[in-house]
Amino acid sequence: MKSNKIKSLGLAALVASTLSFSYNVQAAVKTIPIDGSSTVYPITEAVAEDFQKKTGTKVTVGVSGTGGGFKKFCRGETMISNASRPISQKEMDACAENGITYIELAVAYDALTVVVNKNNDWAKSMTVDELNKVWAPGSSVKNWKDVNPAWPNQPMKLFGPGADSGTFDYFTEAIVGRAKASRSDFTASEDDNVLVTGVAGDKGGMGYFGLAYYLENKDKLGSVAIVAKGKTNGVQPSEQSVMDGTYQPLSRPLFIYVNGTKGAFDKDVKAFVDYYLANAPKLVKEVKYVPLNTTEYSAVTKHWQSKKPGTGFGGKNEVGLKIEDLISRIKD
Amino acid sequence: MKKTQEYLEESLIKPKTLAEVRAMIVAHKRNDFIFASIGLFTIIFALLTLLILFIDLVMDGYPKINYQFFTDFPSRRAANAGILSAWVGSALVMLVTFLTAVPMGVASGVYLEEYAPKNWFTDIIEINVTNLAGVPSIIYGLLALGLFVYTLHLGTSIVTAGLTLGLLMLPIVIVSTREAIRSIPVAIREAAYAVGATKWQVVLHHVIQYAFGGILTGIIIGMARALGETAPVITIGALTFIAFLPPAPLINEAPFISFEWLQSGFTVLPIQMFSWLSRPEHVFHINAAAAGAVIIMLTLVMNGTAIWLRYRIRKNIKW
Repeated sequence: MKSNKIKSLGLAALVASTLSFSYNVQAAVKTIPIDGSSTVYPITEAVAEDFQKKTGTKVTVGVSGTGGGFKKFCRGETMISNASRPISQKEMDACAENGITYIELAVAYDALTVVVNKNNDWAKSMTVDELNKVWAPGSSVKNWKDVNPAWPNQPMKLFGPGADSGTFDYFTEAIVGRAKASRSDFTASEDDNVLVTGVAGDKGGMGYFGLAYYLENKDKLGSVAIVAKGKTNGVQPSEQSVMDGTYQPLSRPLFIYVNGTKGAFDKDVKAFVDYYLANAPKLVKEVKYVPLNTTEYSAVTKHWQSKKPGTGFGGKNEVGLKIEDLISRIKD
Repeated sequence: MKKTQEYLEESLIKPKTLAEVRAMIVAHKRNDFIFASIGLFTIIFALLTLLILFIDLVMDGYPKINYQFFTDFPSRRAANAGILSAWVGSALVMLVTFLTAVPMGVASGVYLEEYAPKNWFTDIIEINVTNLAGVPSIIYGLLALGLFVYTLHLGTSIVTAGLTLGLLMLPIVIVSTREAIRSIPVAIREAAYAVGATKWQVVLHHVIQYAFGGILTGIIIGMARALGETAPVITIGALTFIAFLPPAPLINEAPFISFEWLQSGFTVLPIQMFSWLSRPEHVFHINAAAAGAVIIMLTLVMNGTAIWLRYRIRKNIKW
């Protein structure tokens, strides 16, 4: 008898708690939810911080990675998705299935930087072919002299981002020619500071990551000038060389994707994106990324005002595209 | 009787000379000493490692550990960045975790130990509960993503995180409750029954009372584990930048209590720490160290409270 009483009491409590939860689900607080790439995160965070202080509109930013961000975005859970690579065919299909359109806006550049140890005095510049020789799938290069006979007999130790990162996708696309095609016998970490420590601690070390991490660790690392295909001079990554387009093929645009159905016509989301584009030149620099140039920003702003949904990439990543070309490719 | 005696005589060690016995005693004492030294060395090594890590964190984070650090929201400027949303998030998530895992865990433990019939079904439950205590936390995150976020539509909210960590903590509470109950002498129960107590009275007035110290330890260990968890909370989609607090639980109009905060987005201390650690700017690593020191201090305070409470409760038990 007694235990029956307890059972019914417990059941009642369970029902009551379920009811109160489901009742409250409706009463969500009005915020602008953003998620996606960890590379774009510092930029969006800076914008969100200032925007919230100025207008009082609440903005939240998560870091699920570009892929994880698109998953939420295409389910309609977020209004804006941070992306360090263009939307893929699979993600385009997922969005289409749920009737979600997107406006693709480039907001900044990032320069993937190939870094070597501070004591490496030979690899001051490398060609794309040399990098390909090192990073191609199944590559047998284990020593610097295997890459260039003029370089010393020094075992090579490789560091790079994990296979889920947009940086990995872009680097392999630009250097090997196919996204995600890479040798796998290197030390991989999602945390770029681990890569910094790795390359800084090994004379034969080599790795790649975003420019901001190199600039912060200039005292410990050396950067390699990249010789683009068909060129003879190596170009060092810098704000200047990225903005004038000479740092190729490792400079990549970073994007935000705005929900084109609900988001673009929401008063708060619209105000946020307007603020984003207007303040990007200043804030992007502040968080150590490379801003687009003035004409590019005005092209992006014009595109945002037209609210034309779609992607300029068609589900494939391409290397070395001009922002204006990307926008003009988007058809109605 | 005789058989036992014969057996004993056979098994007895053959008589030895005095010198041999002395040598044996010396050898045993030496073995004792070696074992104790290894034990002591191990514990000192473990404690020193923790201490060095902790001191290193505190020294790195020292410039940031001040009042402002606890009252500032995250920011892109390391000097202004604080852990307000993170510690409030952690506290609220822990509250939900506590409110779900503790009643359920203690009740399950009491049921399994006191009420459940001993058969193959309860055996299976027992084995599974023990196994669950060792399942990697990311699995709980995936389960929660499928169950709470997609099926029950609770969203990426404090309630989801609290329930997820509650699940993670549940087996720990159940196992420690059962162990605490098992350590109560049968005589206590029998004495209670003898004076006519019902089963429920025995459980409520004696079993739970005496087992409370042990149960509490389990609860606090579980809470401390849940506090430091990152993987399951990231899996369900915790935020990284959130510069506002969830709605207050107390409001100034009827019914005066609001549950809206349960639906709010959130971040927790370990995520905030990880986010700072993975930034390029070195100044943020100081913030990360400070956040790490705060997490360790919170865990220490929780464990300290557990030990103190257990001591108090044990002192009050008179059987």
